[in-house]
Amino acid sequence: MKKLDRYGYVFIAPFWIIFLIFSIYPVALTFYYSFTNYTGSGVAEVVGLANYTRLLTDSYFLEAFVNTWKIWGVNFVLQIGLALLLAMIFSDMRVKLKGLSFFRSAFFLPNLITISSVALLFGILLDWQHGSLNMMLLKLGLISEPINWLNEPTTAQLSVSLILTWMWFGHSFIVVMAGVSGISKDYYEAALIDGANRWQTFISITLPLLKPILLYIMITSLIGGLQLFDLPMLLTDGVGSPDGSLNTMVLYLYNQAFKYNNYGYAAAVAYGLFVITLLFSAIVFKGMFKNERRKPGQV
Amino acid sequence: MIGKQEQNMKLHSTNRTENGNAFAMQENARKKKRRLVKGMIYTLLIAMAVVCFIPFFMMIINATRSNEAILAGFSLMPGAALAENYAVLKDYVNIWSGFKNSLIVSVLVTVLSGYFSAMTAYGFAYYEFKGKNVLFIFMLVMMMVPGQLGLIGFYELSKTLGILDSFIPLIIPSIASPFVVFFLRQYIQTTLHPSLIEAARIDGAGEFKIFHIVAVPIMLPAIATMSIFTFIGSWNNYLMPLVLLFSPEKYTLPVLMGFLKGSQVAENLGSLYLGIAISVVPIMIAFLFLSKYIVNSISAGSVKE
Repeated sequence: MKKLDRYGYVFIAPFWIIFLIFSIYPVALTFYYSFTNYTGSGVAEVVGLANYTRLLTDSYFLEAFVNTWKIWGVNFVLQIGLALLLAMIFSDMRVKLKGLSFFRSAFFLPNLITISSVALLFGILLDWQHGSLNMMLLKLGLISEPINWLNEPTTAQLSVSLILTWMWFGHSFIVVMAGVSGISKDYYEAALIDGANRWQTFISITLPLLKPILLYIMITSLIGGLQLFDLPMLLTDGVGSPDGSLNTMVLYLYNQAFKYNNYGYAAAVAYGLFVITLLFSAIVFKGMFKNERRKPGQV
Repeated sequence: MIGKQEQNMKLHSTNRTENGNAFAMQENARKKKRRLVKGMIYTLLIAMAVVCFIPFFMMIINATRSNEAILAGFSLMPGAALAENYAVLKDYVNIWSGFKNSLIVSVLVTVLSGYFSAMTAYGFAYYEFKGKNVLFIFMLVMMMVPGQLGLIGFYELSKTLGILDSFIPLIIPSIASPFVVFFLRQYIQTTLHPSLIEAARIDGAGEFKIFHIVAVPIMLPAIATMSIFTFIGSWNNYLMPLVLLFSPEKYTLPVLMGFLKGSQVAENLGSLYLGIAISVVPIMIAFLFLSKYIVNSISAGSVKE
């Protein structure tokens, strides 16, 4: 070690001091609390695995788990479908479209707006009696009586899914498009000369070459989706109405800790959520690369 | 390439005069079909852009209409109750203080995370010290941990330190931003050659001076890219400030939005729309100027990893 190399420690010291105090210590402390019956004040009593056994049989947590997946799943299929459709349209060599940068920005706009503002806005737009959506649909004659979107479990979940799609398809489109622009034009020219149609070109060239990008979108979307909180919290009453259909895992965690003061149990919920996220990320990774043989020397 | 092929094909077709006419007709029909397809696609794209924008449009229209008008029915024409709505809103909630708080927190978070991440990345990239690789890998592993995992511990820690209901726990932790460090280290390793640092040392510059004068300017484009994400992330953060802040005058904009929903403003729909509009419109205006830059940053961030 050269003398100057000691400066390495100086340069990384602020990061590590803050990281230890504000990231690692809280994670460890939460882990400790998950074995206690801590209620936010008084002494934390160690209760062993009680919180975890409760978690495994908790029907509300199971409900939150299923809800989160339903809401995320519908949104993801729509979002990635739209993004791929748009990418297919814009990468087509036969119809050279103009205005890519305009449409990219227009589709991305909803993603930039604070989610809590979005939640509030849709909360009143979807209002049963006075919401603009019902009023517009009634005026156009598409429905004969107002639909109570946020009062029926199915339509409430669907509303959250569609709002998420609305927020995120532009972002996915930008990322997919970045991947498409990285694919050599030679492939498309060869396909054109061979007489492949749009669908064939898309299935045999675009899709396989986009696999890493799609994996990136899926993992980041999954991790974000499992943490779904802002929308269900602000769209209805904050505890998952109607009928617990908007009760998501992080909403459940928040309410357990800061509404019912079950800190110990909430800590176990946090670790349950973490394990679920890890597990499903691993499954996605494995599923995507199942059929691929590694080239020698490739990590 | 395609242009050349089409030219070749055209040359080919003129040689065969007997087929020339039929070919031209076919070509014409194909052109027509292509134009039709193009028109349909443009219609679809414009319809999608309209769907993206219409909730905001309704928000702005309704912000100018009175509560009675909104309850009475749907309209695409603006009303005249903007001042009245603002007066009602102002009586209950100071939305500009939410704006100010969000701005203070987000700017400080962005600056701290940019500066200290650059410093950490530089330390990891250009010095050889014991435990360097272990620390770096440990940081990468911790990057995978979602923010909620430590939420309860973080709340308890803030309580112990007596910094609840202040901006400190929202700002200070951004000094340690693993993802930004990771991104900047990858960036600087490909852009700053060690010989440049050696040269500066020979000229007698100290280590910190080298970092500030040589490394930071080279890292600036990557710091700017990351700053956009950091800023947007901090600006939109809802859960942390919701848990940590109690006094309405300290609320950041997202928390204030939730507060607005539960307050009496919500009884006057026009004022509620106006409150949402005030939180949204400045971001839309900023996006108008920065859209190209933001979109390119997302493209770069996803492909280069």
